[in-house]
Amino acid sequence: MRRSEHLGLTPLRVVTTGLILSGLLIMIALISLSLGPAKVSLREVLAWVAGHKSIDQTAWMILFKIRLPRILLAGLVGFTLSIGGVVFQALLRNPLAEPFILGVSSGAAVGAITGIVLGLGFGLGVPLLSFMGALFTILLVMGISSRHGGLESSTLLLTGVIVNAFFTAVIMFFITTTSDSRLHSMLFWLYGDLSQSRYAHLSLGLPIILIVSGILYVFSRHLNLIVGGEESALQMGVEVELLKWISFLGISLMTGMVISFSGIIGFVGLIVPHLMRMLLGPDHRLLIPASALGGAVFLIGADTLARIILSPSELPVGVITAFLGAPFFIYLLKQRGSQWTQS
Amino acid sequence: MDSELILKGVYFSYDDQWCLEGIDFELKKGEILGMIGPNGSGKSTLLKIVDGLLKIQKGEVLLLNRPISSYRRGDVARHIAMVPQETTFRFPFSVFEVVLMGRFPHSGRFPFEGKEDLEIAHQSMQLTGTLDLARRSIHELSGGEKQRVLIARALTQRAEIILLDEPTSFLDIRHKVETFELISSLTQTQGLSVIVVSQDISLAAQYCHRMLLLNRGSVYKIGEPSEVITADTIRTVYQCPVLVDKNPISKTPRVTVLSKRGEGEKETL
Repeated sequence: MRRSEHLGLTPLRVVTTGLILSGLLIMIALISLSLGPAKVSLREVLAWVAGHKSIDQTAWMILFKIRLPRILLAGLVGFTLSIGGVVFQALLRNPLAEPFILGVSSGAAVGAITGIVLGLGFGLGVPLLSFMGALFTILLVMGISSRHGGLESSTLLLTGVIVNAFFTAVIMFFITTTSDSRLHSMLFWLYGDLSQSRYAHLSLGLPIILIVSGILYVFSRHLNLIVGGEESALQMGVEVELLKWISFLGISLMTGMVISFSGIIGFVGLIVPHLMRMLLGPDHRLLIPASALGGAVFLIGADTLARIILSPSELPVGVITAFLGAPFFIYLLKQRGSQWTQS
Repeated sequence: MDSELILKGVYFSYDDQWCLEGIDFELKKGEILGMIGPNGSGKSTLLKIVDGLLKIQKGEVLLLNRPISSYRRGDVARHIAMVPQETTFRFPFSVFEVVLMGRFPHSGRFPFEGKEDLEIAHQSMQLTGTLDLARRSIHELSGGEKQRVLIARALTQRAEIILLDEPTSFLDIRHKVETFELISSLTQTQGLSVIVVSQDISLAAQYCHRMLLLNRGSVYKIGEPSEVITADTIRTVYQCPVLVDKNPISKTPRVTVLSKRGEGEKETL
């Protein structure tokens, strides 16, 4: 290595990566906008985006009222769940940690459903209960699996499985015993569905998610140090406990919010951060923004697939992410299982 | 010689039983202090107390004549660096990235390293002979290489005190010696003060200026290696039959464990 060489991470690299992924995001959003049972060509979409009023009323309705809010929600959900995955993986020092696998997503869904059953609105009540459900689950899982000091992979995953099973039963119970029209389908909650997107949800979720992600990003260097061991992070001045609380609160808030809009969508927080880490390395100053944007790209892609693959009928997007995610999980487990079982 | 660190009458307990009782010692500038003692005698705990990571119940820990508890954590990290016994990186950071992490206590609000940080990391890698490893993943390194990288990270912290918790425990003899040589040369050229916990008593005795023998949470003996390591002290503290003589070359004390089998052979001779 020569003295002039810069092998560290530069802000320039973060910005370029961010720009490239943003470009990709815009591209996939435009393509997704043009795909679906009703034919609206990519050229028409571009014309509409560019502001030429050359498309008819029906096409405008399809694009603006149906497809666009759905694409935006997919982006927001993918963004949030991927950040959740990255931060969990670093804080718990466990590559398999992710909101869905840990049961946090189903905890949030139970919270949201409780809110709906209680007759609360989506303005504040439902997302708030969803947040509380997520936070409760995090504390529960941490409490059970960290009893002997370290967070062992197997305990953490088993706890997640049990918590998931329990909450799924609760969801089934609620949905089958109430005739509330807002709890329209079990599939929506269990496999995630982005078709119920509303601009009102988006405008509530977006600022909160951006603020929380910004706060988490400030601690990206701290997360790097935690990956090398809590104690040495502590030694170098990272307030590990404080950071855990901030992150758990932040992730619960974001995840709870998106899950109350979209239902449970699994594995996004596992697949995206791992792909990004393989491509770009483990530095969180790059990994957090890259996973966030990559997650948005990924989920928009997955949802587009869910819309068109059996056209004119649709799949819940969670089916697609589970199709991809479950084999990926097994691959990760097989590849490095032995290394990861030690705490 | 100035004292970098002074411990006066330190008591510490995790629960209701004293884990450390009445510890007194100081670390002088430029010295290597070896800390030895049986498993569970409190070495790692004492090291954490020296680093200000544990709150003591009685006594004082003074860093540069000021109570260590009056420092902010990040400020302590600019004076004291720790090389932990075992460090597992969950994700494959490169060696250079790991070394650069040592700059964390010196960083301001801007979350990226500047030119000076890179310069310092480069220097530490030069001193520890790890420059060739810069691009490698920390996961690919052998035990000895990883130990040198972690020492490089501690140097990058630019602390004048380095604490090492059993840095040689997983190494073969060549790498054990190399690690002690490195520590020794760093104290000479960089003026560092070092506390090193070690189970390799004879080896540590060759490099340490003074040694501290810990027994059941108190200092059994502290002083020059030849004063601390005698057949008497080692036998009493470790409760193990040993022979202590002089290393024929370095003239430092050398411990030979007398195994039952060895004794049997002696009898037949």
